[in-house]
Amino acid sequence: MKYSYFPGCSLKGLGRAYEESLLPVMRHLGAEMNELDDWNCCGATAYMSVDEQLACVLAARNLALAEKAGARDLITPCSACYLVLNKTKHYIEDSPAIRAAVERGLGAAGLKCEGTTSVRHPLDVLVNDIGLDVIKEKVVRPLKGLKVAPYYGCQVVRPYATFDDAWNPTTMDRLLTTLGAEVVHYPLKTKCCGASLTGTLPEIGLRLTYILLKEAVRRGADVIATICPLCQFNLDAYHHQIEQRWGPVRIPTVYFTQLMGIAFGLPAKQLALGRSFIPFRMPSAKAGEAVAPRT
Amino acid sequence: MNAGAGTEIRTGFYICHCGQNIAGVVDCPAVAEYVARLPSVVVSRDYKYMCSDPGQELIKQDIREHNLNRIVVASCSPLLHEHTFRHAVEAGGLNPFLFQMVNIREHDSWVHTDHAAATEKAKALAYAAVRRVRFHTALETKRVSVHPDVLVVGGGIAGIHASLTLANAGKKVFLVEREPSIGGHMAKFDKTFPTLDCAACILTPKMSAVGAHENITLWSYSEVVKVEGYVGNYQVTVKRKPRYVNEELCIGCQECIRACVYKEAKFPDEFNVGMGKRKPIYIPFPQAVPQVVVIDPARCLQVKSGKCKQTCVEACADRRAIDFTQREELVQIKVGNIIVTTGFKLFDAKRIPQYGYGVYPNVVTSIELERLVTSSGPTGGELLLRDGRTPQSVAFILCVGSRDYRTNRWCSRTCCMHSMKLAQLVREHTGADVTVFYLDIRAPGKGCEEFYDKSLKDGIQFVRGRVAEVTDWAVTPEEEGKLVIRAEDTLAGLVRRIPVDMIVLAVGMEPQSDAQDLRRLFNMSCGTEGWFLEKHPKLAPVSTFTDGVFIAGCCQGPKDIPDSIAQAGAAAAEAMALIDRGYIEQEPNTAYVVEEDCSGCKSCIPICPYTAITFDEAKAKACINPALCKGCGTCVAACPSGSIRQHLFEDEEIMSEIEGVLSHA
Amino acid sequence: MPDAAFQPRIVAFFCNWCTYTAADLAGVSRFKYAPNVRVVRLMCSGRVDPQFILSAFSQGADGVLIGGCHIGDCHYSEGNLKTLRRFQMLRRLLRGLGIDERRLRLEWISAAEGDKVRVIVNEMTEQLRALGPLGLPGRFEEWDREAGRTEAEAAGSEAREEAAHA
Repeated sequence: MKYSYFPGCSLKGLGRAYEESLLPVMRHLGAEMNELDDWNCCGATAYMSVDEQLACVLAARNLALAEKAGARDLITPCSACYLVLNKTKHYIEDSPAIRAAVERGLGAAGLKCEGTTSVRHPLDVLVNDIGLDVIKEKVVRPLKGLKVAPYYGCQVVRPYATFDDAWNPTTMDRLLTTLGAEVVHYPLKTKCCGASLTGTLPEIGLRLTYILLKEAVRRGADVIATICPLCQFNLDAYHHQIEQRWGPVRIPTVYFTQLMGIAFGLPAKQLALGRSFIPFRMPSAKAGEAVAPRT
Repeated sequence: MNAGAGTEIRTGFYICHCGQNIAGVVDCPAVAEYVARLPSVVVSRDYKYMCSDPGQELIKQDIREHNLNRIVVASCSPLLHEHTFRHAVEAGGLNPFLFQMVNIREHDSWVHTDHAAATEKAKALAYAAVRRVRFHTALETKRVSVHPDVLVVGGGIAGIHASLTLANAGKKVFLVEREPSIGGHMAKFDKTFPTLDCAACILTPKMSAVGAHENITLWSYSEVVKVEGYVGNYQVTVKRKPRYVNEELCIGCQECIRACVYKEAKFPDEFNVGMGKRKPIYIPFPQAVPQVVVIDPARCLQVKSGKCKQTCVEACADRRAIDFTQREELVQIKVGNIIVTTGFKLFDAKRIPQYGYGVYPNVVTSIELERLVTSSGPTGGELLLRDGRTPQSVAFILCVGSRDYRTNRWCSRTCCMHSMKLAQLVREHTGADVTVFYLDIRAPGKGCEEFYDKSLKDGIQFVRGRVAEVTDWAVTPEEEGKLVIRAEDTLAGLVRRIPVDMIVLAVGMEPQSDAQDLRRLFNMSCGTEGWFLEKHPKLAPVSTFTDGVFIAGCCQGPKDIPDSIAQAGAAAAEAMALIDRGYIEQEPNTAYVVEEDCSGCKSCIPICPYTAITFDEAKAKACINPALCKGCGTCVAACPSGSIRQHLFEDEEIMSEIEGVLSHA
Repeated sequence: MPDAAFQPRIVAFFCNWCTYTAADLAGVSRFKYAPNVRVVRLMCSGRVDPQFILSAFSQGADGVLIGGCHIGDCHYSEGNLKTLRRFQMLRRLLRGLGIDERRLRLEWISAAEGDKVRVIVNEMTEQLRALGPLGLPGRFEEWDREAGRTEAEAAGSEAREEAAHA
């Protein structure tokens, strides 16, 4: 199976561990990931609120490139990219004004966007295309005894609940169970992680992060699994500030692809587990087996 | 008197204003003027209300004075007033079938806004009818006797009341209930709003009366599987499921239950909505009617494997009521009328995952709470949390599954009052703080607004707003270990988080899951929501489109106990009206064969769903039995030689109607 | 370009139990729809003789609508199945006659679907407006004239032949 791949800026920067674990996992499952040539910023940052039309043109360029490359599916691991590219597709379909702007903008570069490429999240592709049966076959070290809080974040199912329920998604739950992990009841799975507020209104942002961490700990989770680079960073990076305010709620947050890699028996080095601030270790792991964080 | 062939056609035409209902859109005098100039029309009038006595008198008088032999009335739908006008025509001395009705209200003035176009349409329809009626001939209605017995399907409060009403009037009733006991939902209730009288106290005597009544044959644990025939003459097949206990011999002593090889009751018990336990042999609840035990085939070792010591049989001793040889049995009965009272099912709260039903043990449904506060319930009436503590705070969420585009759009009508009743009981039992989250409080019944008042005075808090979610994650120390309701308080204009110990979901009512099958069984219609459709929303609320089939109670739509009883009484009265008259008149719209044109091709024979057409070998012609013909006309359309014709829907009549509606520009 | 002023004429055959009742319900509910439809009531859609439809077209109908109970819900168990069969045959026949199939429509409308009557009639009216008038009666006249001319010519040549033989 061949997929076009849109990493976005996160997966090349702060969320590098996501790409570093996603690519070997996909390769291990026999799926080919072809990074989109000459991709650009999806526009997820402040651009959408500054000029929606231009932001759509910017995002649509990526879609146009994918179409030109003949891609049926464009895998977009970052939730923000996933949302913006999907939103752009919807806007182009629904709004003649935006469609005209996009046609004008892309036309100047000799491109066009007809909406033939689907924007897909790797979680969707892994579970619904490749399938849990195939994944199960590849599990050589089941995550026995690992209690995971599945955390989806707000963007991947809202407002476009494309492959799962907007309020109670379960795709990752099923995937984690297939890997042999125990999924804890975590009703906060789509609650805001506070990411967009931590920079501007830290008191509010940190509090939201704190509640997510505290509840995961209270429910006995060993680790939080996420599908979004922004969530991962937010849940991982602010433990110091949170601890100062509310006391320790130490729990690691990893990408679901990292857990897949562990279950597939891929070498820990390949899975970039060392990039987290809060180290993750399999409960039964012998020293050096799964993870060695820096410091 | 009747116009035979060759007689000059003299038509009277009447257009009704129906107050402003028709005249507000259609120019009635203009239509009357137009029709007056048509050939064969002798009289053409417009009148304010044709269905009124003076309106009908007008027709009778004109028939006599102008020697009319055809009548056309343009007014409302024939489904509403065809009867009325046929009567008037007959009273005027004319055969009632020399009449045609034109629907210019439901099909014209009420659905069109362009006055000129509506008037033109009325003219076209009137013209078509005037042309059509020329071909009408005098017909006789056929009288068919009505079988005096009645079938009541469903033994909830509506079915019980309908059965008793009929039985007390001396009619024989078959009451078929699919559960092992009658009683329905009402039997599960503790108290009833707004009077707080005990449900069992008012229901039990009625249930016993059903069981004891000499005119009622009660078939519990049975289902209707087939209905054939027509009003006055239905043949019904009832499936009697094996309960492995002989109803005649069982005296309800329950010795067998005590003797069962299962020493402990370990299977979820239906009556306590799964919160209590029962054995494989059980009696649904203490007041069950019939007072006969039943064996659950899915649980009983003997039924499942044939390998059981059969201690129950031993305990029953020489009564020999337990009978493992029982098999499903089909029984046929004849009845004249059928009353369907099959009730409702409760909305499945799991369909709204946000409310955490099935996830958090202390989120319960209203019917579960009902069982928890009843002294006959699994906790003996003590309201406790699942961990045994007494709740300090309880919240009710109203409209669960109701008034919601995502689930059911309708209001379930009883949940506001039902929840208030439960709220009062909760306060009475535990003294807990009670908060009710509502969208609107609907308290229109007698004594209901007063009951709402009482709830407010009792200190029950009401918060207006649809609850977003029920969770167990805490933001503040007070919330730790509690269930948290997140809701917008639309009156205060803020989003609130309210921690409570227990949450009660006021689940709404839904049509039974097999309502569509039942509808087909009884040849009824369902509304888009799935409730059985009444013949007319105001004037015929318990009749259906199939004569002799009536509906009552919640199978027609959500309603409370008094309304269900009122409908059940009405349905019983409708059935009695037919029984006591003793006959029904059949519309003479049957098909018939013109023998000289029949080629004997037999293509009509397999088409008839009622096997009314046979082949007369001697004559080599098709032959239609008018007693079996229901008048659909399918064979008429299929006959290649045009030798099958249909009274009231003759080819000439329909053709002239087509020509009529088209030739008026 | 369709003529917006053109008022198509639709003859509708509605069964007594479902669709006629649905049309009554549309009335009671005061749903507004195009005044272009004229309803002929039959007990069952199974009574619709193909000749009714052809006759409607030949007498100036621009469209014909048949309304019956949903499959499985026929008041007479299976009359509507016969209708469905005839309908399919008729569409082929119409195609053969050069009449656009969209001019004949079969719809299952239950007694509860008053709004569907509104939707279907409006849709069909718009559709027929786009298709334009069928105008069979006018075309018949034209064909009659043509046939008349041919006959006259044939008769003329026969007469000449006869005269030549005489």
